Amino acid sequence: MAAILSVRALSKQYASGHKALGSIDLDVEEGEIFALLGPNGAGKTTLISIVCGIVNASAGSVRVAGHDIVTGYRAARAMTGLVPQELHTDSFERVIDTVRFSRGLFGRPRDDALIEKILRDLSLWDKRTARIQELSGGMKRRVMIAKALSHEPRLLFLDEPTAGVDVELRRDMWEVVRGLRASGVTIILTTHYIEEAEEMADRVGVINHGELILVEEKTALMKKLGRKTLRIALAEPLDAVPPDLAPWAPALIDEGHGLEYVFDTRSEETGISPLLGKLGALGIGYKDLNTQESSLEEIFVSLVHAPKGQAA
Amino acid sequence: MSGSNVHGIKAIYLFELHRFARTLLTGLFVPAITTSLYFIVFGSAIGSRMTEVDGVPYGAFIVPGLIMLSMFTESIFNASFGIYMPKWSGTIYELLSAPVSPLETVIGYVGAAATKSMIIGLVILATAHLFVAVPIAHPVAMIGFMALIAVSFCLFGFILGIWAKSFEQLQVIPMLVVMPMTFLGGAFYSIDMLPPAWRTVTLFNPIVYLISGFRWTFFGKGDVSITVSMGAITAMLVVCLTIIFWMFRTGYRLKN
Repeated sequence: MAAILSVRALSKQYASGHKALGSIDLDVEEGEIFALLGPNGAGKTTLISIVCGIVNASAGSVRVAGHDIVTGYRAARAMTGLVPQELHTDSFERVIDTVRFSRGLFGRPRDDALIEKILRDLSLWDKRTARIQELSGGMKRRVMIAKALSHEPRLLFLDEPTAGVDVELRRDMWEVVRGLRASGVTIILTTHYIEEAEEMADRVGVINHGELILVEEKTALMKKLGRKTLRIALAEPLDAVPPDLAPWAPALIDEGHGLEYVFDTRSEETGISPLLGKLGALGIGYKDLNTQESSLEEIFVSLVHAPKGQAA
Repeated sequence: MSGSNVHGIKAIYLFELHRFARTLLTGLFVPAITTSLYFIVFGSAIGSRMTEVDGVPYGAFIVPGLIMLSMFTESIFNASFGIYMPKWSGTIYELLSAPVSPLETVIGYVGAAATKSMIIGLVILATAHLFVAVPIAHPVAMIGFMALIAVSFCLFGFILGIWAKSFEQLQVIPMLVVMPMTFLGGAFYSIDMLPPAWRTVTLFNPIVYLISGFRWTFFGKGDVSITVSMGAITAMLVVCLTIIFWMFRTGYRLKN
């Protein structure tokens, strides 16, 4: 598949001197859902803002489906949609008018059937004649998504789409995003909810201090960086970890009724069988075993807290 | 999508007109009422004691100046507000991310604001007709001049809206610069009526040339020649357009 978004050596230094982006290189394939993860102030929004034309880059280039965002801005922007993080709406306008306006602004002829479909998909049809100021925060967020979809973009940016949104709406949005992907739209979302990336994304990029420190298939990332936890439910409680188990450094959990051992799935020797052998040799019986994969969140935390250079 | 974005221009233009339509009542009644008040005060109370100015009854003489006064302030206010509001509310993100060129953006915003100014100018003219007979020597030139004034001052307002960082800044230029210049620019008198020294000072006020030119379209004569007036309004148009394109090119106060 071809890259719908190509970012090359992109950097941004604000007039204040703040360096928001180092030198970013990124390719996003057509049709995928790409999650950009990173703590607040990492540069996620700056990156998106440059691609969409809201912020000027200091250096580097960006292409959307082969169109340079500066010299070919019309073509690039016509196929790009953006749902920004902040709720920016025209308070006094009616929902349907503001969505129609967006379609026109992006150079598309009026299409009432399409607008109706978008509003219905986002459960906004009943509110179509309401003034935006009368809507709740979650509904305003839906309006912003409807505006971004009104011109049928092929590349959609969702900047923190579910920040401050209730669980139900979040599920709804995930449904919408899946539907869009099914129709061939490429989606780039930023989030600091790992759950979201884990649930939705095909690939994950981690950005910190303006540097893209890692881009990986989500499953590969979890496999590659994943740590697993082995929990052993003991037949008889222990008062302390026996000294003979020190090489594995297990932790005593459940008031002595269990042992927890963390191992690295990447290493050749996970240490599980010697540990279990040792337990047998010590006469420590166990009732149950289970292993748990670490979540993306744990991977993420370990990445952004790792000193530079060691991360990937 | 390689040509121009006509749908985009139309969307901005209609959006802005729709915004004006929401406040249509105040938007049109206020200038009508203000004009009536001016006529009661200047036209009837003072005008009855005034002789003719350049052979034109005083009541009729002030009509072009009155129209200009309202059109200056309305043009600046509407155009500056039109672009300042999205900046203030944050909805400007959509405009910046849309496939519209600077020229298309300006046509949309300034075109809508200028349309409203034209309507207001014509409403004032119609209101004036209720009080005095206003001869119009060059009707086509009058409409043309009105349109030039509307576009130029809307461009100026658009610049102001991009420049302003607060509502206060938005108001300070119209109130402290444009309003005094209009009053001192011969809106209610002929500069021939001033002492020679003040006359010379007044000639440095660009508004004089605009009001004079507009007055020429009504009465066939003005304080300065119509060619000079046309030159002045064209110069203003060019200066404003240059500033706007510089603003868009550099992203001045629009983009980081």
